[in-house]
Amino acid sequence: METVNVSPITAESAAVVGDPPRWDMVIEPKGRLFDLKLGELWHYRDLVYLFVWRDFVAQYKQTVLGPAWHVIQPLITTLVFTIVFSKIARIPTDGAPPFLFYMLGTMLWGYFSGVFSATSSTFTSNANLFGKVYFPRLAVPVATLFSRLIGLAIHLTFFLLFLAWYLYQGSSVTPNVWILATPLLLVMMAMLALGMGVIVSAFTTRYRDLAVVVGFGTQLLMFVTPIVYPLSTVPPAYRGWMMLNPMTPIVEAFRYAFLGTGSFDLPMLAISAATISVLLLVGVLIFTRIERTFMDSV
Amino acid sequence: MSDVVISVENLSKHYRLGEIGGGTLQEDFQRWWAGMRGKEDPLLKVDGSGRAAGDLWALRDVSFDVRQGEVLGIVGRNGAGKSTLLKILSRTTAPTEGRVRVRGRIASLLEVGTGFHPELTGRENIFLNGAILGMKKAEITRKLDEIIDFSGVERFIDTPVKRYSSGMYVRLAFAVAAHLEPEILIVDEVLAVGDADFQKKCLGKMQQVSRGGRTVLFVSHNLAMVSSLCTVGVHLAGGQLVKQGTAQSAILSYAGASGDSPGSVDFSKIARRVGDDCIELLAGAVLDEQGQSVAEVDIGQALKISMHYRIIGEPHRRYLPNFHFHRSDGSCAFIVNASDAQPRPEGSYAATCEVPAHFLNDGLYSVRLVVTSFETGVRVHADEISALTFNVRDPIDGVASRAGYTGPMPGAIRPILSWTIEPLETA
Repeated sequence: METVNVSPITAESAAVVGDPPRWDMVIEPKGRLFDLKLGELWHYRDLVYLFVWRDFVAQYKQTVLGPAWHVIQPLITTLVFTIVFSKIARIPTDGAPPFLFYMLGTMLWGYFSGVFSATSSTFTSNANLFGKVYFPRLAVPVATLFSRLIGLAIHLTFFLLFLAWYLYQGSSVTPNVWILATPLLLVMMAMLALGMGVIVSAFTTRYRDLAVVVGFGTQLLMFVTPIVYPLSTVPPAYRGWMMLNPMTPIVEAFRYAFLGTGSFDLPMLAISAATISVLLLVGVLIFTRIERTFMDSV
Repeated sequence: MSDVVISVENLSKHYRLGEIGGGTLQEDFQRWWAGMRGKEDPLLKVDGSGRAAGDLWALRDVSFDVRQGEVLGIVGRNGAGKSTLLKILSRTTAPTEGRVRVRGRIASLLEVGTGFHPELTGRENIFLNGAILGMKKAEITRKLDEIIDFSGVERFIDTPVKRYSSGMYVRLAFAVAAHLEPEILIVDEVLAVGDADFQKKCLGKMQQVSRGGRTVLFVSHNLAMVSSLCTVGVHLAGGQLVKQGTAQSAILSYAGASGDSPGSVDFSKIARRVGDDCIELLAGAVLDEQGQSVAEVDIGQALKISMHYRIIGEPHRRYLPNFHFHRSDGSCAFIVNASDAQPRPEGSYAATCEVPAHFLNDGLYSVRLVVTSFETGVRVHADEISALTFNVRDPIDGVASRAGYTGPMPGAIRPILSWTIEPLETA
């Protein structure tokens, strides 16, 4: 190995000599502002995979029904929603079968709120782990994103089965080619949840109040997103405001693709995508700033 | 080999004490606003000394280098900044000022068991824990058999770790950490917990790592272990680097000597007089076999404790010099009284006591110098606590008293005694 003369390092000499790339790691008070550490995250991809696997495997250990809960839970929720909102409250569903309408809605909201609430407690619930060993903290929320995706996939499979059943029964649903946009819509939804989640998680390290806000906030948020009602029932005066919610066009687009109701509003989706990108970028920036010193304030 | 693998430059870490967790948005806003205008934090209360009461510099302007293959012992009292230094090195928190540059992968044995999930099996946790510590999945798969073998819990490897005994848990966790193959290994006081067997494994691993030309940072309150395992040392106090040099010099610095050498003391240089109207202490020293004043001896060498005192009154008394040997944890190892106590005329005397080789255990001892008499009840004429400090070093080179065991040896003394082992007559 090459021997390098580095005996008396002072701030001055280092500044003069410069910093040859022989150090593997430099620990400094402040990282560069736009250092998102995505390369590092990629380096730790095996860890992300193992976190995903842990979340999934550990969740249903020592339960009788195991992964079957991934099916039972959404089915029951859908049933309750169908009974309460459709049969009792008589909220219209744009002519789509209420069961399918609510199954799709709960699937989307379940994923979004699940990722959002889980990632928003990243720092506080992993303080013990984070306090002992370094790895890119972003690995935790990103893993949450993927592990929730497994539940979503199971949910989606059952939704498609029911959809096929309804089609076979000659129901008026009209799935169309926009189904191909599903991956893109899912990515948007995941990024929105991640962006919001990491922002909240970063501030929760100082202001625990936010943990409480997230708790009931996600519930309230559901009512300003067309989950239990179609956007068409919203008075036109409010509809513009509703569309400002980045989730609204996504939910509507899903409905359009799978059920033929709702709308596929490309301009609104573009605005939504832009909003999500900004939220995500800001979120990750704040997150990577906070992760450097959050141990001092938890 | 003078490759610097860790370069710490002007490292400082500042903590704001007090209402940190409960900080309100309004206070934060005030701080931010003051900061924007380049003013002092308006919420910091400053006490009379001009030092902000809510301020703590856990580390202040610490600089040192660690070269490849060195075993660096970091010593200091609680709150000296050792943990903060390790936290910065392991990147769980960022410094306030200065920087650290590192070459190679750092792993630390203070992370043992981090991220273990109780519901997962031993095997599953090896993967999870390994990945958290920075290993690739393929790397873990390759070393899996070795890790399981090393852990000694093969039989339970597919059992959830929540069913493990704490010993098994630690062994498995250590097995993972031990197979990280880092270029730089940090060993914290993890050695204080766990059983003797585990400590032995830790030390074995440390020695293996350092023999392989890699670097070890060792933080411990056990000065005896620092002394025998480390090549270089730093002594931190109050967040500042007090001493950097050989492990022994750092230990002796830590051992708290205010004077030049803790192994000797000259009472004439202390403003305070030690003694009463009968006895006055003059000096004390730890001497090696050649009669040189030292602060450290090998475990296989005899040493002498000497005390100079002057009898200035009541010469009819039988003044009894005695030495109290204390371990670094403060416990008294033993007290030794002068065997020859008889009345002596007024004047100066040197009382010297020889401590034979292979008698004291390794570690740091302090000596309390006392002169007592018993004519009118117990009367203490002169008494100086921790007058002398010296270190007994165990080179761990296969001395008979160790019999190949390389872990820490408990006890205040470690004599070599005569043994017989004979076959029993079988009828």
